Amino acid sequence: MSPRAKALLIDITRCIGCGACSAACKTANDLPHEVEPQLTADTWTVVLERGGERWVRDLCRHCLQPSCVSVCPVGALVKREDGAVVYNKDICLGCRYCMIGCPFRIPKFEWHSAAPRIRKCILCAPRLEKGLPTACAEACPTEATVFGDRDTLVAIARARLDADPERYHPQVYGLTEAGGTSVLFLSPLPFEELDFDTTVASFPLPDLTWRLLLHVPNVVMLGAGFLGASYWLYRRREQVALEEEGETSGSAPRTGGDHD
Amino acid sequence: MIERVRSLLTPWRVLLAVLLVTAAVIVTFRFAFGLGSVTNLSDETPWGIWVGFDILAGIGLAAGGFIMAAAVYVFGLERYRPLLRMSILTALIGYLLFITGLILEIGRPWNIWRCIVDHNFHSPLFEIAWCVMLYTTVLLLEFSQVVLERFGWHRLEALLHKILVPLVIVGVLLSTLHQSTLGTLFTIVPHKLHPLWYSPILPVHFFISCLAAGLAMICFEGFLSWRFLKHPPRLDLLPNLARVMALILVIYFVFRIEDLALRHALPHAFAIGLPAFLFWLENLLFVVVPVVIVFRTARRMTTRSLFAASFCAVIGFIMHRFNVAVTGMQLIHETGYFPTWQELVISMSLIALGFIAAGLAVWFFPIASAGGGDASAGRNGAYRLPWRPRAASEPAEPGTGGSR
Repeated sequence: MSPRAKALLIDITRCIGCGACSAACKTANDLPHEVEPQLTADTWTVVLERGGERWVRDLCRHCLQPSCVSVCPVGALVKREDGAVVYNKDICLGCRYCMIGCPFRIPKFEWHSAAPRIRKCILCAPRLEKGLPTACAEACPTEATVFGDRDTLVAIARARLDADPERYHPQVYGLTEAGGTSVLFLSPLPFEELDFDTTVASFPLPDLTWRLLLHVPNVVMLGAGFLGASYWLYRRREQVALEEEGETSGSAPRTGGDHD
Repeated sequence: MIERVRSLLTPWRVLLAVLLVTAAVIVTFRFAFGLGSVTNLSDETPWGIWVGFDILAGIGLAAGGFIMAAAVYVFGLERYRPLLRMSILTALIGYLLFITGLILEIGRPWNIWRCIVDHNFHSPLFEIAWCVMLYTTVLLLEFSQVVLERFGWHRLEALLHKILVPLVIVGVLLSTLHQSTLGTLFTIVPHKLHPLWYSPILPVHFFISCLAAGLAMICFEGFLSWRFLKHPPRLDLLPNLARVMALILVIYFVFRIEDLALRHALPHAFAIGLPAFLFWLENLLFVVVPVVIVFRTARRMTTRSLFAASFCAVIGFIMHRFNVAVTGMQLIHETGYFPTWQELVISMSLIALGFIAAGLAVWFFPIASAGGGDASAGRNGAYRLPWRPRAASEPAEPGTGGSR
């Protein structure tokens, strides 16, 4: 992880569900203003009521080793130094493998467009370039979402857990999930009670495919050796048979190639 | 004139024409208004029947091309040569249809060439894209033999023969890679795919099963060309393929069960419910029924048992791929995906196009496997001679040429 990697810390105990983050996201990213009840191609973050009177934000987690970046055949998704996972429509094939690969089911697709794009939160990458925080963090009236360096935010999260163990479930969601994400959550309840997916592996998921792809050179070399040797054996066998036949009968050798 | 037109209009042809015209309309809608206008795909179900059936199953079933090429050219199993051309033809058609399906399936097909210039070596799909590109080229070259021969371009033909064996070896390697990597695609979603189908070594499952599926498809094609082209099936060769298929299926099944057991997922197979039902139905069709048929009739395999076994295996194989790509994910996260009639029409049209292409190719090119006194035997025999030129030191073979 780059030391410049930015992140978000979302404290569910502080969230009042006002939706200012979603609204600010719409403006900052030039999206249609109506906030839909779940993530869509035009709604990149939502605040959902979960577990009764608890408000949970959903958005791209900007994994430290993102599956979507790993699976994209052409590299249309990129993890930047500043932590943002961004998308380039100009090289995207629209294969939607990122949607399959994402452990948090975040990337959305423009199903009713003739030139569809993958759409998701980009951690306000253009704002980061100007040294600004994300629009959602800036808009949050209760500091339920705060923006900063990931290292700093992890420290803050841990400090809050230590300072007020009554208030929090003792876990920072996003610290290890999928090998660590750039969006960290603190919760008053166990995360599964707030519909978080707690079955997500605690290691970087791209390791699973990479481990297998590393065998490609071996398969090629062993395969080529095996096939080459088989072919050589077959020719050799045939040559020997031909010579023996030539010795015994002396005259008419077998017709080339017709053994059936 | 009218009589002639009427004689061409058999019910099947009319049905086929209606199907293809409908498909053309659907394709127009798909490109004008997006995938959502003709499919039930959604953000929840990004991959549906076009991926599960047209792409995953289609490629697996086309494995016969590399299996037979390896058998004849690399391992020297000469007596299977009569099946070679048909296998290569169907593999080629399979891959061309797959590419057609892919162009319909992906959202931004005008960027498809980007794989050539933009590389992500971490993506299994990138590897598949390259392998498919290269292997389709290999198949075209392998098949071009038949074309060159048909038009009598013997010098090019001789040139092709020189590179044929290396070409076949490259083709086998490329196939091994992408057939298995199709399984690697799904290894990145351990918690999104049902444990009865997920495995960290899914590529091994995919590779072993594609070998069986490729052989099943060759046997089944024997039935199809017997039924539609009136070519007698090669009952001297196909039963052997079915036996090898059964052997591979047994290995596959043992491997699959062992894999489930090692990952402590075997109890899922015995828990009453939809996952277990799908699992057993799939394995019943893909493994149990074909293996039982083959072993029961091992001594004397009839046309019927041969095709029953291979047909079951083909259906079961399609089911396996579909369960991995679509159903297995639904079992974890129910989204209620069911293909629209448009999705089904497109998939059926691709199959129909395959039939048309195969029919035309067999009619136009010297392909059909020569079974006994078949009419095409003469043509087949005539071209077969220059295929494997002997070393220069070999004695001349006077009077043997063309007589077969």
